[in-house]
This record gives sequence, structure tokens and C-alpha cells, in this order.
Amino acid sequence: MQPILEIKNVSKEFVISHERKPYLSFGEKISSIFKGGRDSREKFLALNDVSFNVEQGDTIGLIGKNGAGKSTLLKILSRITPPSNGEIISRGRIASLLEVGTGFHPELSGRDNIFLNGSILGMKKKEIQEKFDEIVDFSGVERFLDTPLKRYSSGMQLRLAFAVAAFLEPEILIIDEVLAVGDMEFQKKCIQKMENVSRSGRTIIFVSHNMAAVKKLCTKGILLNGGEVKYIGNIKEAINRYTEKFESYETDFDIPVRVADDAPGYAYKIIVEDLDGKPANNFPVGAGWRLRLKVKITHKVKGFIAGIGMLTQEDEGLRTCWSDSYDLDEGEYEFIFSERNIYLASGSYKLILGLSARMVTFQYLENCATLRIAEEIAESAGNIKFAKDVGIILNPMEIVMSKM
Amino acid sequence: MFLALNEKVLFSTFVNHRRSGMYYLKISPSKSRFSLNIKELYNSGELIYFFTWRDIKVKYKQTILGFLWAVLQPLLMMLIFTFFFGRVLNVPSGNLPYPVFVFAGLLLWNLFSGGITNSSNSMIANANIIKKIYFPRLIIPLSSILGSVFDYFMALIIFIGIMFWYQVNVSLGYFVSALILSLLLTTLGTIGPGFLLAALNVKYRDFRYVVPFMMQALLFITPVIYPVNMVTNPFVKILVYINPISGAISLIRNSLSGLAPDYTLIACSTASAFILALTGLYYFKRTESYFADLA
Repeated sequence: MQPILEIKNVSKEFVISHERKPYLSFGEKISSIFKGGRDSREKFLALNDVSFNVEQGDTIGLIGKNGAGKSTLLKILSRITPPSNGEIISRGRIASLLEVGTGFHPELSGRDNIFLNGSILGMKKKEIQEKFDEIVDFSGVERFLDTPLKRYSSGMQLRLAFAVAAFLEPEILIIDEVLAVGDMEFQKKCIQKMENVSRSGRTIIFVSHNMAAVKKLCTKGILLNGGEVKYIGNIKEAINRYTEKFESYETDFDIPVRVADDAPGYAYKIIVEDLDGKPANNFPVGAGWRLRLKVKITHKVKGFIAGIGMLTQEDEGLRTCWSDSYDLDEGEYEFIFSERNIYLASGSYKLILGLSARMVTFQYLENCATLRIAEEIAESAGNIKFAKDVGIILNPMEIVMSKM
Repeated sequence: MFLALNEKVLFSTFVNHRRSGMYYLKISPSKSRFSLNIKELYNSGELIYFFTWRDIKVKYKQTILGFLWAVLQPLLMMLIFTFFFGRVLNVPSGNLPYPVFVFAGLLLWNLFSGGITNSSNSMIANANIIKKIYFPRLIIPLSSILGSVFDYFMALIIFIGIMFWYQVNVSLGYFVSALILSLLLTTLGTIGPGFLLAALNVKYRDFRYVVPFMMQALLFITPVIYPVNMVTNPFVKILVYINPISGAISLIRNSLSGLAPDYTLIACSTASAFILALTGLYYFKRTESYFADLA
């Protein structure tokens, strides 16, 4: 059987205008004619000779860091923008969801928007009418059907938008990571829905930075970097290569100096490392780690305290650690915060930095560095059994069972 | 819920499989080759309808008078024009009462100028959709022109009311065929500049400022407030004759006055409407594939 989608030597070139204007003004065009068309523009290859085939029923995860060309490839597949070179042959109808709720109009009612959005996505009016009740049911906004969309909460708009998209029935479905918006429940719903679609034998091309979702959904992976295909094949291997190669974990964080002129000093660097002093990040759960905070004192100071804190990705405060209070002369100092076992669940955490003197804070910075906890448990971790999706702080408690 | 959904999805996949043997699409770099792809446009008929319907609905949303505005606008313009040009300046209007004379002109002029203005802004107004999903791009300016056609029909109701008020005697067959032909001619004349400006506006935003100014200037070389035969300056006369809606306006007025149609004028207008329509279509189709990159 012939592949459902053949991508042959596709390239896409963009011309970058250095005036940073995405469009031209007529005057510029005219003046450039008179100046002999002095070219201050530069070419940029967003995709470079990309070729691969997609078989019927494949679920493909397209991964790569920002700017790797993922979105450009999706746009070409969706026929939004043409390739500069090469060609694509499709043997199935393509529907693309680069955004949910495309064409939603705030002034129109929910009912009107279902029809408008459905039609833009390529559904026939009859089809929408047949599925209307199901769409409304799925979205859970039946009470507000005749209310203008602008009065909906953003969550309601999102649910309505996804409900319409969920009833698309193309042979090839292209999904951008936009589906990863919304609350946890909604994301789960999206992923569950996509799993259903893929189980029904349809072909899916899925772009996401959420490796867990990609792993769960896709069987094949395509790794893009710098507009080129770096790997095609098994999804696990693709993800491994992606995390190894492109997501090198930062350990050195420079701190932009942002203190008042009369502040006695500032912190300029944070280094994250293991207990042996080797730069590291992405620690296994329960491993030891330390953080070195470099501070420059510019004016003699009394009652100086350095503190670090942690936030979850959702900006919930997790913990704060303060140093003792010191009287310091001018010069450079280093504060080392260390811990034998870090009992935080897998994920990444934002670090906060705070410097104060005599209880007055003169430098405070949220998200000055990132601490990553890997999806594995250190040998030294002790009694930890689960490290993922069970909360944030994992404290091994002694648990005793006895027979009554 | 999901289970129920899944069955439905599964079922339709089989249906699609059978169809998928037929489906073949090739995506390749856009050549400057010109193809209208009427079939695709025809298949998108519903989308044209939905866009037009959206534009009309949104236009009069949150207004107290709602659709009445479509009727009130030309009516108020007629009153103003009648006062200044009919009463104060005594512009001749043949054997027709000036309000009927000027409304006949305004009816088509509003379709023309409204259609061009809406159409030229349409691509930018819908940029977020263009960047996210594919459909024949022509649908957007086309449906915005159709929105103006809707306004035309609203105004037409008032026009017929005014004709009764002034007891204008017409031969019904002549009048109705003049109405239909003038509508077709004006729409054709609107499509050309409308498509051209829609495409130009994506690339050169200057046209956003040029269009309102251009429409004001165009009003003076269009026989809306004055009759065609009042123009004696040969240069202006040429401009009036190649104006695509001069023929349409004169056709309606002649049918009201019981005069024979001015065939030369109609021929000139039709020819220029065709040339404009082809130019507009050609330019639009040639540049449309890059709209998403520029918008």
C-alpha cells in the first residue's frame, strides 16, 4: 500500500527583513526601486530538505526545540503556506488543528460559533447539525448557548472550541501543541480524545513539547533540529535523542543585576551541582545536591542574610531557606546551600533568590534558576516508591504494619 | 461519553477508507500559473455563506436599531443629498423627483463603495484565521462583498417605498430587468477593485489609508448626485464612461424615466468592469499563497 502522506525534499525559505516589519509599505517598495533595490534582507531556511513517509494509521510525534521547524512543517502540510521547494503528496483528507477555536467571534453566540467554527474546520452544515447535540454535550456549555461568546470564561471558550474540533473526522489529523492549554482535566480530556482517534486507525501528526504526552500517544517519532530531520523511527529513541542532545540541563545561571544604587550588594550567579561539586541538574529523586550563590558586596553591610526559595511551575510557594545573619565587608562571597536528599517529585521547580540586610530586602528575584528533578529515584533515596503524579514533596515516613 | 464517541469515530473511519482511495492532493511550491479552481470554490459554498452571515450578524450586533441601520443609512444620505444638491444647488434630475434620482444612484454606489471598502479590509480582519487554517482565500473578500449585497437588498426595499411615495410610473419589465442587470454589473465592478485591494492590503498596509480617500474621489466621477449628461469636460467624461457603475446607475434611472438605455455607456462600463474583475482575480490568485506569511 502506498503511504498516505509523502513528504519529498521539502524546504521553506523565509526572507527576514531587517526592519523587522512583516509587511512592506508601498513607499519602501518604490524607494527601493529608485535606490536600485539595495538588499538589506537575509534568507533563512526554516526547513531544509525534509523527506519522510507517513503510513496509514501512524501516530507520529514531531519533536524538536523551538525554532526547529515543527510549526512550519505543520503549516505546509495544512496548506496554509506553500513550500519553497519539494512537494507533498497526500492520499487522505487532512484536517489541521493548529489552534482550537479558529474564527470564533466574540460577538456571536455559542450556537453561532459552533456552526462558524465547524464550517471553517471543513465540516458541512448538515454534519454540524447532526452532531450539534453531541458537541454541546461534550462542551458542557448548554446553558449559555445563546449568550455571546465574549461573556464566556476563557475555560468555557476553550471547552467549546475543543468540542467542535473533537468531532472532525479527517483521515489525517494534524495537531499542534495548542491543545496543551487549559487546566489538567481539560488536557487529560484532549489526550484521551486523541488516543481514541488514533485507536480508530486514523493517521495523526502531533507536535508537542510535552514528552509524556508524545510518548503516550505516538508510535513513531520524528526529531527536527535546525530545519532538518535528525531522526525518524521509534518514538522512545526519538525522545531519548531529543532530551540528551537538545535539552542539556543548565547548571549555571547568571543573574541580571537589578538592585537599587544604594543597595549594599548583589547576587550575580547561581550554580547548581551535585555533592561532589560537579555541575549537575536533573537530580534523581532523593539525591543530594547543592546550590552555590555568588554575591558581591559593594558597601559594608550589617545583618546580611541570603535566602533561596522554590516555586512549583504553577507558582505555588514550596519552601524557603535562609542563611545566618552576617556582618560583611566589601568583597565577593559565596553561600552554599546543600541537602543530602531532595524529596521533591519529578518535574522542574523555579528558584527564588532574596538578599536582605537588617530585615530589609534589597534584591528579590523569582525564577532566577531552574531545579530539575528527574523521573528516577536515587539509590540513596530510602523509602520513596513513587516519584511522579503523587504530589510535590515526597517525605518518606516510617510506616509500620502489624497484624491485629 | 468517550465510548459513545469512539464508536461513531470508528464507523466513520471505515466510510472514509472507502473514499480515501479516490483522494489525491499534491502540495507544491506555488508557481505563478493562474488557476481559479472553481470546483474548490463551489465546494466551499457553505463557508461563503457562513462568512457572509457572520459579517452581517456582527455588523449590527449590540446596536439598538439593528438591521434598521442598513435601511437608515442610505435614507439619511438621500435626505442630505436631496437637501444640498436637489434644493440648494438645484442639480437637474431629468423628469424624476430628485430624491428618487439620487437614491437610485446611492443604491448602487453604496454597494460599490461598501463592497470595496469591506473587501479591502477583509484579509487583514481575518488574518488570524488565514494563518491557522486553509480554505480558498477568495472566500473572504467574496463574502464581504456579499455582505454589501445584503445591504443593497435592504436599501432596495426603501427605494421601492420611495418610488410609491413619489408615484413614479415605470414599465415593470424594463424596471426589473434594469434592476437585475445593474446589480450584476455593479457586483462585477466591485469584485475587481475589491479583490485587488484585498490582496494589495495584505502586502502594503498603505492601502488601508488610500481606500477611504479613493472612494471619496471616486464619488465625484460617478453620476450619483448629478446626471451623466451634465458632464461636458471631455476628460471627466472619459472617467465617467470607464467607471464600472456609471452604466448601471444610468440604466436604472433610464428605466425609471422611461428612456431607452444608454448602450454606449453600458458597454463601456461593462468592458471596464470585466477588465477590472480579471485584473483583480489574477492578482489575488497570484499572491494568495503567501498571505499567511505576510498577514
